[in-house]
Amino acid sequence: MSRLLLALTLTWALQGQSPAPQGQSLAVRADLLYPVAGPAIPDGVVLIQEGRISAVGRAADIRIPEGLRLLRAKVAVPGLVDGRSTVGLSGLLNQPHDQDMLEGSAPLQPELRALDAYNGRDPLVGYLRSLGITTVHTGHGPGALISGQTFIIKTSATEVTSGVLKPVAMVAATLGDGARSRDQGKAPGTRAKQIALLRSELVGAQEYLRKLKDAEKGKELARDLRKEILGQVLRRELPLLVTAHRSQDILSLLRLAREFDLDIVLDGGAEAYLVLDELKAAKVPVILHPSMARTYGETENQSLETAAKLHSAGIPFTFQSGYEGYVPKTRVVLWEAAMAASNGLGFDAALRALTLTPAQILHIADRVGSLEKGKDGDVALYDGDPFETTSHCVGTVINGILVSEGEETRGPVR
Amino acid sequence: MTRLLYALTLVALSSLQAQEQAQAFIGARIIPVEGPEILDGVLVVQGGKVLALGGPDTAIPAGAQRREARGKVIMPGLVDSHSHVGSAEGADSSAPIQPEVRVSDSLNLRSASIMRARAGGITTVNVMPGSGHLLSGQTMYLKLREGTTLDVLAMGRLPNGSYLGGMKMANGTNPRRPSGPFPGTRAKSVALVREQFVKAQEYQRKLKEAGDDPKKRPARDLAMEALVEVLEGKRVVHHHTHRHDDILTVLRLQQEFGFKVVLHHVSDAWMVADEIAKSGVGSSIIFIDSPGGKLETKDLRLTNGAALERAGALVGFHTDDGVTDSRWFLRMAGLAVRGGMSRQGALEALTLSGAKLLDLQSRIGSLKPGKDADFLLLSADPLSVYAHVEETWVEGAKVYDRADPRQRLYAVGGLGASHDTYDLSRLLEEEAMETYE
Repeated sequence: MSRLLLALTLTWALQGQSPAPQGQSLAVRADLLYPVAGPAIPDGVVLIQEGRISAVGRAADIRIPEGLRLLRAKVAVPGLVDGRSTVGLSGLLNQPHDQDMLEGSAPLQPELRALDAYNGRDPLVGYLRSLGITTVHTGHGPGALISGQTFIIKTSATEVTSGVLKPVAMVAATLGDGARSRDQGKAPGTRAKQIALLRSELVGAQEYLRKLKDAEKGKELARDLRKEILGQVLRRELPLLVTAHRSQDILSLLRLAREFDLDIVLDGGAEAYLVLDELKAAKVPVILHPSMARTYGETENQSLETAAKLHSAGIPFTFQSGYEGYVPKTRVVLWEAAMAASNGLGFDAALRALTLTPAQILHIADRVGSLEKGKDGDVALYDGDPFETTSHCVGTVINGILVSEGEETRGPVR
Repeated sequence: MTRLLYALTLVALSSLQAQEQAQAFIGARIIPVEGPEILDGVLVVQGGKVLALGGPDTAIPAGAQRREARGKVIMPGLVDSHSHVGSAEGADSSAPIQPEVRVSDSLNLRSASIMRARAGGITTVNVMPGSGHLLSGQTMYLKLREGTTLDVLAMGRLPNGSYLGGMKMANGTNPRRPSGPFPGTRAKSVALVREQFVKAQEYQRKLKEAGDDPKKRPARDLAMEALVEVLEGKRVVHHHTHRHDDILTVLRLQQEFGFKVVLHHVSDAWMVADEIAKSGVGSSIIFIDSPGGKLETKDLRLTNGAALERAGALVGFHTDDGVTDSRWFLRMAGLAVRGGMSRQGALEALTLSGAKLLDLQSRIGSLKPGKDADFLLLSADPLSVYAHVEETWVEGAKVYDRADPRQRLYAVGGLGASHDTYDLSRLLEEEAMETYE
């Protein structure tokens, strides 16, 4: 076993690959149940036993065991998945002590782990949970060439000792103005320098991998945490999540991906609609900027119809709450998707892009993203069309546990 | 060239005709805001005013232009009581109180943000300087008519010739700065404000004593003149305030000096709704998709509209554009209803209540004969996320049409949607030139 593999295995164990979720049993019956994996079911039931879904179907066809807790709602959908967030690292107060999503000391810090910074008790986590978001892909934000890692956790987890779906999900990078150094004389100051730095870093990691191979023949090699994680990126074990908005930056990213044969996920993509063919050919999924993101700087050309265009082009995409430096401190993917739904995407495609597609992009579709037998019992309940601004989330179920009974838009429920 | 002139003349003529010839919109569901909804409604406008509205048997003047609007929803144009569209600027960092500064002297009316406001259904907007000062200057009420000059878009003028508007003030953390002439504490903030208003009272007294005798009049002081307008109720104070104690501080100052005031943002409104209602002071509120991001908004809730409504206080909405985008102003009403506000209250807060906050309720805010013909054609119910503003009309003239791809760009975004170059006549000119070539 190579030292790298050993190290990774250790890392995995240390970070606590979560034990089987502490699940409970209950049933949800909804006037309209959207399994997403299949067509909507009028008067549908989803049965959850010991945290996992045991049956999904019409109420008439499913026997609900005697004494099992039964929740009722007008509409039930799979627990929502936030495709890219900084929640838990970027806290509600927006004061220096609760902002851990971006370390400014160096432009390239892929060794920073999201799990080491996540505060599951930040009120914004509970806020999102109360609106039906059950899984978040969160971690280091945009704003540095490589800002650190991301991870995936259930919104019910108050500590990182449980509910972690992936302790390391992706390595987060940024191209364009967002990654430009604010200090004169400190790199990277230009777009070309950004790519040059990334290229050098990846070449360095390639060298490291080569030496590691040699080391298997008995030579010792000092561990380099930074190169270890980039080694995983080079081996396509971890995707590189790259924030880019301008079409030119998106194309730079695709060139880099080709050069190093990287597994890439595009984050942001304000001008993605200009390079649909290229994205499609490169098989790059998109975690689209919030529909209601502010239109200035690199996002000035963003369009509410990008989601619909990605959908038509057959490019996998999802929504994100993203990072906000001011108000709202977190966005709500449900509402970002709603704006896309009303701008050409439509209800069904928007719901899929909020559940199953992100689960696939994040490689957690075996656990979440749809209401199917064997998957985690994560369900969001609404009193109407979930996308309507006037609807409410009336319950959030995670692993068969009712973790929220009403949204915190009206104030903390706890 | 002749074709160009011809094209421009046609434009001018058609807009004139729009003013003079009666126009009837037939078959829409009409939400007049004042009075019950009309399912199969007729709206007649002429000369920039609402002439009549009612059911299918509403009399339509002979020769009126008839417009089929079945399946559409018609409601009054939206009133945004707090916005920064048009690249608004006010006071600079040289002093915390600058009443003589006018936002009107900073506005870029060709800004894409103005076009986005029209695309969002906003027909009247209170454009404000920022909130980083105790008093950051005079605001301006714009009617978003077709045009790119202040005179065309002004809602009116005050006797001294300045454009109709209010006065922007702020308390809490925004005007506090660690150094310079700005206050470092809340008590100091109020002390500085009080000092200026006392000075203004003195100035006002001297003016009164001088009467019509120009020799006795005090030397002109533009800052004091503007504060006297505030003391006389000619300028409403639009007061940024978030925290519960800061809200009550504004109410105390109002009691002390007797000016007209509207509370803005009012993040902790749900904590002090009864006190606000008792004061008789109106609120212009905003909903943000999550609390926090700013210490003073850590307790912001969607229940603010409901709490103020229940307490019996006047409440309108605002975009605070660019804090939220003018294009989704209708969404404020949806969020308010989500937080427990009544449908009627939320629709009023988008329109009539906003007009009341600006003292313009006699002219705008509802569809009523004699009021300005400012209205929207919507594709669906205004509270639905699926609704689009299809057309925005100001004083009987269409200022936004989603069917026109060049204007639709400002609603949905896309390449060039943020460029500050919108000018209908210029676009038409370009089009005419292309035809000519």
